[in-house]
Amino acid sequence: MAFALTPEREREVDELLTHYPNKRAALIPVLWICQRQHGWISPEVVAWVAQRLELSTAVVTGVVTFYTMFFQHPVGSHVIWVCRTLSCDLRGAKVIQDHLEEKLGCHAGGTSKDGKFTLLKAECLAACGQAPMVQIDDDYHENLTLEKLDQIIESYRGTPSAQE
Amino acid sequence: MSEQKPLLTSRYEIPNAHTIEVAEKHGAYKSARKALLTMKPEDIRAEVKKASIRGRGGAGFPAGVKWGFLNPQEGEQVYLVINGDESEPGTFKDRTILNVDPHRLIEGILITCWAIGAHTAYVYIRGELAHSIKSLDAALAEARAKGYVGEKPFGKPFEIQIYTHSGAGAYICGEETALLNSLEGRRGEPRLKPPFPAIKGAFDQPTIVNNVETIAAVPDVIEMGGEPWCNLSRLAPADGGVRLYGISGHVKRPGIYEAPVGITMRELIDVYGGGMLHDDRPLKAVIPGGSSTPVLRPDLKVDAKKADHPLHPWHGQSEIDVPMGVDTYRALGTMLGTCCAIVMDSSVNMVEACRNLMRFYQHESCGQCTPCREGTGWLLDTLDEICEGRGRPEDVHRLVEIANNMMGNTICAFADGTAMPLLGFVQKFREEFVAAVEKGRPLQARHDDSTAALVRGRAA
Ligand SMILES: Cc1cc2nc3c(=O)[nH]c(=O)nc-3n(C[C@H](O)[C@H](O)[C@H](O)COP(=O)(O)O)c2cc1C
Ligand code: SF4
Ligand code: FES
Repeated sequence: MAFALTPEREREVDELLTHYPNKRAALIPVLWICQRQHGWISPEVVAWVAQRLELSTAVVTGVVTFYTMFFQHPVGSHVIWVCRTLSCDLRGAKVIQDHLEEKLGCHAGGTSKDGKFTLLKAECLAACGQAPMVQIDDDYHENLTLEKLDQIIESYRGTPSAQE
Repeated sequence: MSEQKPLLTSRYEIPNAHTIEVAEKHGAYKSARKALLTMKPEDIRAEVKKASIRGRGGAGFPAGVKWGFLNPQEGEQVYLVINGDESEPGTFKDRTILNVDPHRLIEGILITCWAIGAHTAYVYIRGELAHSIKSLDAALAEARAKGYVGEKPFGKPFEIQIYTHSGAGAYICGEETALLNSLEGRRGEPRLKPPFPAIKGAFDQPTIVNNVETIAAVPDVIEMGGEPWCNLSRLAPADGGVRLYGISGHVKRPGIYEAPVGITMRELIDVYGGGMLHDDRPLKAVIPGGSSTPVLRPDLKVDAKKADHPLHPWHGQSEIDVPMGVDTYRALGTMLGTCCAIVMDSSVNMVEACRNLMRFYQHESCGQCTPCREGTGWLLDTLDEICEGRGRPEDVHRLVEIANNMMGNTICAFADGTAMPLLGFVQKFREEFVAAVEKGRPLQARHDDSTAALVRGRAA
């Protein structure tokens, strides 16, 4: 199925292109706009972006595969990143990860059976003073306890997915 | 704590300081107006040089000196690029500026653009910080609406455009030339230097790359004057001003605190950080300025007997009693880095802590250089073996050998930033590495056990 941005997002791309002296520099921001709409960077998205910015699909793929936040496969409605780097680990990040794995019934790297949550491990997210923490979609949740975490997860269950 | 009134954080406690009305009511844009309307670019550069702002991104290079490397040729356009990648483990300071007081950064950018002759500035922010990007974008929209950013800032016919640019998850994009590649829509792979960015940077044009906090300090320098600002530091004139200190790990009050340059690690932990988290678990080790800076050990004494040794005044004192400065810490065999400390108490096993960080580096190497790509993997494999009870006696030496072969043999400083902390851990806590290997069984002391109870909602 061919991919296309909504007209509103197309205008975002037009605006972005005015920020840079060439089209290629808009590649990462444009990929972000696409992922926000589509949920992941599918081969169709790659083809569309390549054409829009006058780049080869190989160049676009090379960039997509370099950055961990661009999903190369479909993900759950919400993506949970658990920070496991030292400051968070010192304050119990492993307990947070274990709890989430049990609760969601999947290991880090997987998606819960109901398709609601994808659980991923993250490296330091620049919230070390508020450890332990998780990022869910665009939001940080900090100074976690298991009780707080349970409430947060529940609050996402009823909400629509990050991508429209 | 210091009696000096807060500068960088002066608007942190004020509600809605991120809006332009509130920020301006509390002093924002006064310095930019003064700089653009009444000062010559060379005068601003001179004040910044006198201020001795050592780069806050990690390397500690003086900002004023760096600006002096610019030498644009006919037809070249100078760019200012702000490094908001903030990905060094343990570091979480720039984010506070972006979220709470974005107008301070915008003001610093305006002054800097005028000082270095740049009409365009990009602020590169790591992709995870979606809210910080939104916060800065909103502040930029306000500043544009007021005419501060745009064709004629404050009426001055000197166009300045400022754009945010989001990363997408890659630690290496904090390295300035990787960041420039990422800005240009490429894989975030560091470039060979020279040429340095000041000669050939963004879009092959002369470019200054500075950290968010470095540029956020510029408005105060202009308001106070370079020398008075510099003298706020206990290590003036070489290392000037005030800065943001971060503290995380096993302390009572983790967070970001403003203090003069040159407080000691002991003060940071005991006074600002509120002391150790558990009264019965003393300080065992502290990583001073982000994960790439070699660890300090409070029971080790400074050895600087000779009168001309830079650390002579602290001879015989604990490592954590040396003032925190770029040069003092280098003399101590570590680095000040981002000035964000990770504090570890007596419950932490140093081999496990080291493994945690080496997993990070193995994950984040961009893979261009063999010593780095392979070395990070070998370090992690070896540490995994040791931690899982399969270590061999020669493994401790092997770690050191791998690290030594990574140093100085690569395109960027990432490999050194991996090898140095590894060597620090092994040198300062050798007995723990040896014990782990000799025991021949999985390490019992997981480094997160000590606070697991906190997360479970019970007092530890
Ligand atoms: C591997 C690596 C990662 C880095 N990460 C960052 C970072 O996240 N933020 C930053 O400001 N500087 C980072 N730096 C330092 C930059 O290369 C550069 O020196 C700095 O942005 C210059 O700004 P300053 O002089 O104001 O500190 C990193 C350097 C290396 C080698
Ligand atoms: S040292 Fe490592 S991170 Fe730096 S360019 Fe080489 S492989 Fe990449
Ligand atoms: S270590 Fe988790 S946010 Fe930095």
